[in-house]
Amino acid sequence: MVDLAHPATPAAAAAAAPSATPSRVALKRVLGPAHVWGLGVGIVLVGEFMGWNFAVGKGGAIAALTACWLAGILYTCVAMIDSEVTSTVAAAGGQYAQAKHIIGPLAAFNVGLYLVMAYTMLEVSNAIVTGDLIEAFAHNMGLVGDLDKRAFMVLTIVFLAWLNYRGVLATLTVNYVITAIAFAAILTLFAYVRPWAPGEVTKHSDLLTGLPYGGLGILAAMHFGLWFYLGIEGTTQAAEEVRSPARSLPLGTLTGIMTLLIAATLTWYIGTGLMPWEYLGQAITPLYDAGRLTGSAPLEVFLFVGTLFATLASANGCINDASRAWFAMGRDRYMPVWFGGVHPKYRTPFRSIVFFVPIAILFAVSTPLDQTITFSILSGLLGYTIMAIAVIIFRRKWPLGSINRGYVHPLHPLPAILLLTLCAVTYFAVFLGYGTQLLAMMSFYILASAWFVVHRYKYCRRGEQFTMAWPKPRGY
Amino acid sequence: MRKQPYEPPAQSVFGQIVDAFIMLALVLVTLYVPLLLKLAGGGTTTSTFDNPTWETLGQNATMATQWEKLGFDPTSAAAIIGVKFDYAFSWIGFAVTAAVILVYFVGMLRWSDKEYREVIAERFDDDRPSA
Repeated sequence: MVDLAHPATPAAAAAAAPSATPSRVALKRVLGPAHVWGLGVGIVLVGEFMGWNFAVGKGGAIAALTACWLAGILYTCVAMIDSEVTSTVAAAGGQYAQAKHIIGPLAAFNVGLYLVMAYTMLEVSNAIVTGDLIEAFAHNMGLVGDLDKRAFMVLTIVFLAWLNYRGVLATLTVNYVITAIAFAAILTLFAYVRPWAPGEVTKHSDLLTGLPYGGLGILAAMHFGLWFYLGIEGTTQAAEEVRSPARSLPLGTLTGIMTLLIAATLTWYIGTGLMPWEYLGQAITPLYDAGRLTGSAPLEVFLFVGTLFATLASANGCINDASRAWFAMGRDRYMPVWFGGVHPKYRTPFRSIVFFVPIAILFAVSTPLDQTITFSILSGLLGYTIMAIAVIIFRRKWPLGSINRGYVHPLHPLPAILLLTLCAVTYFAVFLGYGTQLLAMMSFYILASAWFVVHRYKYCRRGEQFTMAWPKPRGY
Repeated sequence: MRKQPYEPPAQSVFGQIVDAFIMLALVLVTLYVPLLLKLAGGGTTTSTFDNPTWETLGQNATMATQWEKLGFDPTSAAAIIGVKFDYAFSWIGFAVTAAVILVYFVGMLRWSDKEYREVIAERFDDDRPSA
């Protein structure tokens, strides 16, 4: 999607612009609300094909639907806040650059790590689903002999890393086409199950079982409820390329969330009307399984293709974004500058791309999907928590009227408080059933922070980290 | 007057390699090893069924039909149906987890602010008006 020679996203621009100079690469403002909408839906659509159904496992089908809508509120707050901050902090690098300007270097280091870990673990999750999907498809098509799904997981990661290394990346247009096909697969499946005739294909009256874990299950389901939308905030990373950020960013992002809310509800309707909740709650490829249950071979093939396209497009974007974030941290010396190297021929951050290949393969071949998804969700959740805190600090350091804001989100600080509350609920949701994994993730970030403070920060320049032409922040 | 810019030391190639491996080791030790040792992941309880039938598994006729379409019989489905999340937790464990998250954020924000003041001191003149 991005070549460092011709950066197409702010993240790439961050990568391309040496941190030692305060100037930044100017990007063409060509995107409108429809592009922002497409970008957001394209990033997140894979969440409809896998992962969301673990919310059913944690609380039952009704709890999963409730979590889906609660998570929708959380992401609406994220979109409102991020639209203001991103349309104002026009420094390339997205949330990482915002944290540098608003909170400080250690927070920026952590936000950079959140991005890298969230994208890498999403890439791993996509690879796991690809392997399982191909194995299941071959089995269902009656292929003689056994396939080792781990081979396809490794192949997916290595092939996509190689594409990224070469810079022969899928363009945004190709990703749009792939996403459109995947979206068409969901709509076709929805039409095929004839929602206007309940009981004919879908069997909700017999399959919905209430709340198997009681009210606590609704809270617990919030954990995977985030998966329906995780990554939608990536739309605001295109702030520098949007013609009218004040209008396009909130409009495109919020309509994207509404689209996903509808798509998530359709997906939920299909899944819970065709599968017992115990099966659905642990399925690796729930929509493909739903296609199988319709008994239509062409539809099963279409769902296979849709799932495969969604996972590959997502994994490709994840490798791109994770490597750019790591690369930007290398350029800023938050990580060894060695990672800031650009390939002399392909103009890609090849060292950052290659560095994560063994980690991704190791996790893909030996870790359950729900746990890699949990790592990704937790990194995203930590990022949303920081986002809520950052906007409060942002308004204190630069009150309204002190700098030009592309967009001012309404009702401040209510969205930030609501976001913090929903984040706290989600931490508790993860704690229920995945408490040790939550602590493991916190240990990682605490130890990494200690390493940064004690050792790494001494290699960083100080004043050059602030590049915005703003007045001095209030209170400093 | 602006603070004199801090000039960071140059890091040797060996030092950079060591740093890269430290990050790699951190990921493996804190995230991968607990999963490998089954110390992390879903906290579940498992019920076993002797000679399970769809009825004893709590599945009605529609559920049984869908399980069978998915290629399961009562014995193979029992391995899935018998696994349930265990949401019983100790309040001490909850308090420790909440404290870890809270201390992490408070510590990070305070330390970030300390570093941020150095950044601002280098970037802006002392007498320059603030926002």
